[in-house]
Amino acid sequence: MAILPPENRLWWKEPLSGTEIVWIAVAFVWGLVMFGTMVSWHFVGKQNLSNEAYRIDPAVYAELTEAQAEKYKVRMEGNLDVPVSHPPPGSDVYMLGRLWEWWPVLELEKDQTYRLHLSSVDWQHGFSLQPQNINLQIHPGYDMVLTIKPDKAGEYAVVCNEFCGIGHHTMVGKIYVVDKK
Amino acid sequence: MSEQSTGSADQQDERVPAMQRLLDNPFLLLFMGVATPAALYLIWGVMELSQVPLAQ
Amino acid sequence: MAVDAQAPARGFYEAKFRTCPETGLKVCAQAEALIKANAVVAVVFLAVGGFFGLLVALTRWPAVHLLPADWFYLLLTAHGADVLLFWIIFFEMAVLYFASAILLNCRLAAPKFAWLGFILMLVGAIVANVAVLQGESSVMFTSYVPMQAAPHFYLGLILFAVGALIGCFVFFGTLVIAKEEGTYQGSIPLVTFGAVTAAIIAVFTIASGAIILIPTFLWSVGYISHIDPLMYKVVWWAMGHSSQQINVSAQVAIWYAIAAMLLGAKPLSEKVSRMAFLMYILFLQLASAHHLLVEPGISSEWKIFNTSYALYLAVLGSMIHGMSIPGAMEAAQRKRGLTNGAFEWLRKAPWGNPAFSGTVFSIGIFGFLGGISGVVMGTEQLNLIMHNTLYVPGHFHATVVGGTTLAFMAITYLLVPLIFRKEIMLKKVAQWQPYVFGIGIAGISLFMMGAGTLGVSRRHWDIGFSDAAMSFDYPAMAFAMMTMNGIAGVLATVGGLMFVIVIVLSVFFGKPRTPEAIAATPTLGAGGEVVAQAGSETHPKLPGTIILVAVFLVAFVLYYYVNWKYLSEIWPLS
Repeated sequence: MAILPPENRLWWKEPLSGTEIVWIAVAFVWGLVMFGTMVSWHFVGKQNLSNEAYRIDPAVYAELTEAQAEKYKVRMEGNLDVPVSHPPPGSDVYMLGRLWEWWPVLELEKDQTYRLHLSSVDWQHGFSLQPQNINLQIHPGYDMVLTIKPDKAGEYAVVCNEFCGIGHHTMVGKIYVVDKK
Repeated sequence: MSEQSTGSADQQDERVPAMQRLLDNPFLLLFMGVATPAALYLIWGVMELSQVPLAQ
Repeated sequence: MAVDAQAPARGFYEAKFRTCPETGLKVCAQAEALIKANAVVAVVFLAVGGFFGLLVALTRWPAVHLLPADWFYLLLTAHGADVLLFWIIFFEMAVLYFASAILLNCRLAAPKFAWLGFILMLVGAIVANVAVLQGESSVMFTSYVPMQAAPHFYLGLILFAVGALIGCFVFFGTLVIAKEEGTYQGSIPLVTFGAVTAAIIAVFTIASGAIILIPTFLWSVGYISHIDPLMYKVVWWAMGHSSQQINVSAQVAIWYAIAAMLLGAKPLSEKVSRMAFLMYILFLQLASAHHLLVEPGISSEWKIFNTSYALYLAVLGSMIHGMSIPGAMEAAQRKRGLTNGAFEWLRKAPWGNPAFSGTVFSIGIFGFLGGISGVVMGTEQLNLIMHNTLYVPGHFHATVVGGTTLAFMAITYLLVPLIFRKEIMLKKVAQWQPYVFGIGIAGISLFMMGAGTLGVSRRHWDIGFSDAAMSFDYPAMAFAMMTMNGIAGVLATVGGLMFVIVIVLSVFFGKPRTPEAIAATPTLGAGGEVVAQAGSETHPKLPGTIILVAVFLVAFVLYYYVNWKYLSEIWPLS
């Protein structure tokens, strides 16, 4: 019994049954298949997280973001005091998370590639793009750079999904994806 | 340690296989179980973070 | 009570023993007292933390939305600490003392230190609870910097961890004494080996916790100006996730123990089961990387290697246990003559015994819901569509509650007659408890995973965004899922309450076990002699187990690739 010492002093030498050997082999191979799937998606898949990141002073990141939002502002979002920024395709696009907003609102063109920078200027936030359901963790002091290619037009919400204090559930931003002008 | 009734007679003198001796040694296992994740997860992970470049 | 005179020269205390009338094991009085104390305190934290969990589930139920936002975040923090840490680790201390002193027929090493550890844990747990309930430490269980809790929140956790570390060393010390004094022959029992695995992972867990929590405490009182948030997260999860791997090891050891105690089941092969535990010792802790798959600044090489537990070798370990335990049960039952068809052995198992039904549900919920979802979510790219959604709590309620908590409940039904030497009261309630709790927990995890698949954020007070400047609506189905989650939460609470009531009444007001009662209703099932030599060619065929593991594998493969299909539909990114 499993609650008593093994009866056989040299239990290591006991033979295995065929069932066990087959199951161990199957489970081991399945592990290799899953490992191989993860590795090969980096070569054949289109959804991989970039490894590009930089350390940056949050104040510097905020200045970069504000300068770009000012430069490419096309309108204000609804009746809110939040600019909508429409940077040129292929460019570096900045968005920041802070208590409790994603700023600014972005307007991107469908099927164009952008280098999206994400960072926080205070606490950790969770970038959750809905209804796409793309989820990234955003840290203060780290500039995360992703190359994205929005392939469906529409209005997307950026929900914060990392707890960031009492206003966490009000932290919603927007990304518009529009057809090419 | 006495070995009464813990195996057949021909097993009495046989040396315990190396893997069994490893599995019977909790302190060796403790060392391996702390060193492996410390090296592969913690040290490697902290090295990665220390190599993140500064933004231009 | 037979008092043994075998107090050895090198011991610091005169150990007192009684001989267990049910097992014939020598029971060290000090170990027994510590098991009782740890188990009772554990159940108190389960009751408190479970109640907080009910309030959280009722707040997430859109039509009820019980708590205001500040209380929701406060009680969610307390819920995590009380059940995920305090209930589980107190109980694990009881498991460690049981698997060492009791199963090895040995006196406990340094009981005074064990009591010191217990007191530190208790004080730490109370201090952390006070800190959270005071309202200045609603930082969630993870307490990610730079969000800051009150200093005594970190201090409480540190005291608790130091106490638990002392408990681990008492456990290792007991192993040394048992070997030196020859209280057992040959190798330690498999269940004790599982406990060794748990204790080893606990040492790594607590060491990592010390590395990160002590600086964080110093930061909270102003001695350190800055803690890097990413560095914090890497080291914190070496504690946060590994602590759950202690649970996995302890719970698997308990599965083996209950299969042995109720059915006389012997492991199919000591070698295979111990190698599976060795895979845990070496690789299980690497899965701390599951929480860092969508972080900036960490390479894909590190992520892939660590998140896969080194080529899924720890998953291999779990899949081996997943076959060995039902296989051992089937072998024992078949030897007993239950040989008809593939599943007579399972149909005619003691389903009315909560220790057995609890174990089976624990294995099923842990494997099918928790295990598969954990591997899927822990796949580097798939984590993109799951990170920080309700899928995460859905997964870990299947592992930690459906798996670990239910296994701990199951063995408690055996500890009450064996260690507390009391009859279980309200037998009917006890009999149904694992069913009610198991269905409730399976519901909680399935509905939260469903909502998470639809994108719903975890740790979120208002998924309707009614106070947000910019609006957004999750799909209507997500709200239906959260309603069902609320209902399942109520059901699980009823199941949890049934457990607490049965155990508290039995321990404090139950009839003592008399020799007549022991003869009439033995706690242990028929002994293991009927089973053939483990691992030999004479082993019975195991068609039922083969079908079960084949169904598991098919479910695993299908669900894994369904999620790759979902991933392939999102925006290309690189």
